[in-house]
Amino acid sequence: MARTVAETIKEITKNHLKKNNGLLFGQCVTAVGWIGGTVPEMTEEEGITELSMADVAGAGIAVGAALSGRRPIYVIRYQGFMWYNAAPILNYAAKSKEMWGVPCPLFVRSLAMEGGMGPVASAAHHSMVLRMPGIPICAPMTPGECTTAWEWFMSHDDPIYVSEHRRSFPVNYEMEPQIYEKADVTIFAISAARLNALEAAKKLKEEAGITSNIFHIFWLKPFQISEEMIRALKKTGLGLVIDSDYSIGGASRSIAYELMLASGAPVHALGLDDRTGGFAPHLDNPTPPVEKIVNLIKNLTVKKETVPNTNLNS
Amino acid sequence: MRSPQLGIIDALPQTFSQTQTLEMFRKCCVNRHFEIETAKVYDTGVIKMPIYLSLGQEHIPAAISTVTKDFRIFAQHRGHSYYLSFGGDMRKLIDELLHRSSGCARGMGGSASIHDPKIGMYGHSGLMGDQVPVAVGMALGSRQRVLTVVGDASAEEDYVWSAMGYAATKKLPVLLVCEDNDLSILTHVSTRRSWSIVEIAKGLGMQAVDIADDPWLIAHHAARLLDRLPAVINIRTCRHRWHAGTGTDEEPEWNRFQLFKEEISKLGLKNEAKKIEDETLELVWKTWQEQLRKP
Repeated sequence: MARTVAETIKEITKNHLKKNNGLLFGQCVTAVGWIGGTVPEMTEEEGITELSMADVAGAGIAVGAALSGRRPIYVIRYQGFMWYNAAPILNYAAKSKEMWGVPCPLFVRSLAMEGGMGPVASAAHHSMVLRMPGIPICAPMTPGECTTAWEWFMSHDDPIYVSEHRRSFPVNYEMEPQIYEKADVTIFAISAARLNALEAAKKLKEEAGITSNIFHIFWLKPFQISEEMIRALKKTGLGLVIDSDYSIGGASRSIAYELMLASGAPVHALGLDDRTGGFAPHLDNPTPPVEKIVNLIKNLTVKKETVPNTNLNS
Repeated sequence: MRSPQLGIIDALPQTFSQTQTLEMFRKCCVNRHFEIETAKVYDTGVIKMPIYLSLGQEHIPAAISTVTKDFRIFAQHRGHSYYLSFGGDMRKLIDELLHRSSGCARGMGGSASIHDPKIGMYGHSGLMGDQVPVAVGMALGSRQRVLTVVGDASAEEDYVWSAMGYAATKKLPVLLVCEDNDLSILTHVSTRRSWSIVEIAKGLGMQAVDIADDPWLIAHHAARLLDRLPAVINIRTCRHRWHAGTGTDEEPEWNRFQLFKEEISKLGLKNEAKKIEDETLELVWKTWQEQLRKP
């Protein structure tokens, strides 16, 4: 049976600690579950370093260890805790090489989750990182993508922000782009929205005969637009970027903007609602649900307009 | 509590060799006259960035670096004297202040973010106090001795004490020096807090002392605490110029440089000290002039 995302991360971590004199920092790492089974059951002497519950200081300590050359992995249990952790990561680690020529390679594992988790612990928050220079961002959802993120980290001397989603942990397959000759819409999906997009595409086909191209976005920054993306967008004349983070000022709108400029096709963005999520199920603010994606695409494919389109046929 | 005599130990200067004393004095002179010359140049309008002078506080790095240079250093925005005391290249510091790519931070750091990997000094990010958790992480990752410096204002950042608490828990070799000039820009400590840094440190299980900026006293405690890290030294000192720039308001509460010279005279080293100060003045002036002449 193929390895899951959780097993892949665990194996990568174990090797790093054993073979590279690496470190892993986090809060309550050794508690029940070992962060969803992604952390090997090793000791502090072997490199698993429990931090105190002081987030800002903890992030700073991880940054200092990165400066020392230990290439630490820093686990942020809930991505919403980035509001605390951001200062040392974005203001020191991400700037160190550019400011002083001193590399600060830190592997930030920032975990998103959803489902009745309330206003902070829900959702991805990679968009807050997006606006700051010096730190690439990826959102792996497959075992292969986790390995790619790690290999990138080990072959560069920059920090990296890895926006994980707990819904990826049991995933044991890869996700290839789904491109059709005669599609109606091109979807670009990020993080857990990729799982929802796959389901939504099936429903759209079954319920309305709408065919959806799907591109799985792994690198959020730098985001690279491929020829295949442009071709698909020009053919469908309609795009939608879906994300597990807020869309206003966020990755989905930023990427939609780039795609729209590059293709001339209208590209919409769909993320979390612009409201605070509550704990009660009916107050949750999760990754755009399948039904919401389906309904939006049904409406958009009927209208097929909204932005000026000057070069669709070029 | 705040006094130039705080913690003074009788006859402590006599326990230092003449060489040690004069070495401290030489470093003080370099730091001080560098800042005085920098202020003069700044006032001509050549320097187009904020500068953070350590005039009046120059004895602290001078004294500590005389004890040992075996530190990774995480100073703060007021870091010229640390850079010079721990072996930084004066020319590169001048170039940094003159916005040149040949500066110690290639012009990116300016006065506030100077650094030099060769002397183990890391730049300051601009966020008050964030050097402390980063320093603690460096100590954890490298197991090498780390010196980190805060002012009495940045010491109030919550993450400073949570980081030092972690250093205490993991017994990490971190020396935190607080340059307590009683001012956050112009707001006095008593307006901002009722607690003492030293008491906080002791509460976290660390060795901690609260002393005046007498160089012998600083060197004495730095040496004593080196094998008992993590530790905290709160040093009462006087900033002679504004928080940023070259302006002055009123006379400082005390002039440690003058007091230092008086003590040195009592030790019978007046002539040696005069020679050192004259040499230093010339060195600093010449170096500034040479760098200013460069295109």
